[in-house]
Amino acid sequence: MALMSETALAGRSGRLSSLLGLADLKHGDRAPLARAVIVLLAAFTCLVVLGSLAIGPISIPVLELLPHVPSYIVGAGEQVPDGVSARDWIVLMDIRLPRVTLGALIGAALAVSGAVMQGLFRNPLADPGIVGVSAGAGLGAAAFIVLGNSLLAPVMALLGIYAVPLAAFGGGLATTLLLYRIGTRGGITSVATLLLAGIALGALTGAITGLLVYVADDQELRDLQFWGLGSLAGSNWQKVASAAPIILAMLVCVPFLARGLNALTLGEAAASHIGIKVQRLKNLSILLVAAATGACVAVSGGIGFVGIVVPHLLRLTIGPDHRYMLPAAALLGACLLIAADTLARTLVAPAEMPIGIITAFAGAPFFLWILLRKRGLTGL
Amino acid sequence: MLHRTIENGTALTPDLFVEQVSVSAGKTRIVQDLSFHAKAGEVLAIIGPSGSGKTTLMKAMTGDMPYSGAITLAGLEVSGLSPEVLAAMRGVLPQASQISFPLNVAEVVGLGVTGGRRDRHFRARRIAEALAQVGLAGFEGRSYQDLSGGEQQRVQLARVLCQVWEPLPQEGLPHWLFLDEPVSSLDIKHQVQIMQLAADYAKRGGGVVAVMHDLNLTAAFADRVLVMQGGRRLAFGVRDEVMQAGLLSKAYDFPLEILTRTGGGRPVIVPVDNG
Repeated sequence: MALMSETALAGRSGRLSSLLGLADLKHGDRAPLARAVIVLLAAFTCLVVLGSLAIGPISIPVLELLPHVPSYIVGAGEQVPDGVSARDWIVLMDIRLPRVTLGALIGAALAVSGAVMQGLFRNPLADPGIVGVSAGAGLGAAAFIVLGNSLLAPVMALLGIYAVPLAAFGGGLATTLLLYRIGTRGGITSVATLLLAGIALGALTGAITGLLVYVADDQELRDLQFWGLGSLAGSNWQKVASAAPIILAMLVCVPFLARGLNALTLGEAAASHIGIKVQRLKNLSILLVAAATGACVAVSGGIGFVGIVVPHLLRLTIGPDHRYMLPAAALLGACLLIAADTLARTLVAPAEMPIGIITAFAGAPFFLWILLRKRGLTGL
Repeated sequence: MLHRTIENGTALTPDLFVEQVSVSAGKTRIVQDLSFHAKAGEVLAIIGPSGSGKTTLMKAMTGDMPYSGAITLAGLEVSGLSPEVLAAMRGVLPQASQISFPLNVAEVVGLGVTGGRRDRHFRARRIAEALAQVGLAGFEGRSYQDLSGGEQQRVQLARVLCQVWEPLPQEGLPHWLFLDEPVSSLDIKHQVQIMQLAADYAKRGGGVVAVMHDLNLTAAFADRVLVMQGGRRLAFGVRDEVMQAGLLSKAYDFPLEILTRTGGGRPVIVPVDNG
């Protein structure tokens, strides 16, 4: 009897493992498993999106409302659709949908940026937030928030809603290039130098941002405050419109880096030996990471640790192959950030917590854990 | 058959020519005015004491360091070729390879697989064949970072083999293997196996250039030998001409002697015994 149930169990787990592609694992092929995980993550992301749209101080019937959204958008959306509560409709369209959309975009961008940067620097601890890229982007954005009406007014007038994201992009790019310059000698990037230089640059850009506080007025001060912790509060369609093009462009380009980043695992010389144009790969990666980080920082401030936690979790489950890791990171990043944001706006309702606090609470201990685990094996 | 003529009449040779090459790092000249050539179908060993410029010369030949002079592979100047073109002509085995993320053995070897990139079964078969060649059959699912140094080196060799699988493709020029101290981290059994594999690759029409430390393995497997000293060429020629006690003693600045074995085995190179 015991034997029979064991066989039955083995049969079932055999079917399950072949479904998940676990049978291929013996031959070292993690691709089927990775594909299964991506499908699961996609399904899970849908659930999280629906949940986050429904939950809040006011519960709204999301499943009834969503079918009206496409025709509303096509019809340029002047009025509330028939048979729908006006209050629910406004909560959905003006508050939750832009916020969840922004959360998904930013979560995906942060996670993918982290993964690309880690691949580029060949180290699992490299992340735009840790090495000061976000701080640089924050400075760029802060400069425009505070000086946008005075010193930088002509630029502001020219660039409109894209001024702040572009400034954040410029700040992020400048910081990344500087870091790469400092950390790389003779084609070899020293991660210890990189992290230390990142701390120094972070402090420097923080100090300059601090100076800006003195010339800021009350509204500008409040806007500035929010860079420090990061928040999706105040999400609206305008913010979505300013960040979405950059982030979507990055998400579309990034799969083309996957093969190169995989090769880079062997080191720059070996990657070149198997036919990768390493310098071009590095340039493109830096550009995309700086662009996406800039866009994120511009609309949501400094949300930390997503870029470290997500790629690391995925490497543990599906392995480091960037062809699968990058799309999976986009999905898991979106999922986690939307979930964290839902917590941020419900835990202390009707008040709201900056989402950066939640990601830091979850992420910082995780970062330490990676550090300790790694130190045991290879050191920094 | 290997010599074809292209339109402007230049002979297209499959071989590797190094002519009056100098390589500098900063202000120091590491390789000076060095010339030799290597033939497809042969194993060329580069020997010499530490610091004699072997690895630097290797880096110039694989396109990793700028040089003056001429290095041509199949008639093409190496410095003018893109990574993709070079990758289609030759594979390079580095001295030691740390990887930055926990890839498994199949994934590391798979990085070298060219052609049929999308065909899973082709890839899996090629990876398995390559691993079998280096004596690591069945290692596909193992974590690369948990392997011993010698096993890692052999996995890397399997990766390089996948890149230039056919020593002499039916259409086109022979492939080349550039091996930087391929057997330094291996035990004696695998040293011999890997050198056998390299010699076999050459026998099947490919070209092999290997930086070597072990003189006895060089004497056993090389067809031609380049001896370097202080960045210059001390000697170059077929094995039996070069592997002489006097020349080697001079190269390594240490008295060496060659013992002939009764029964006609290959001679053995050892330090002179003063005891």
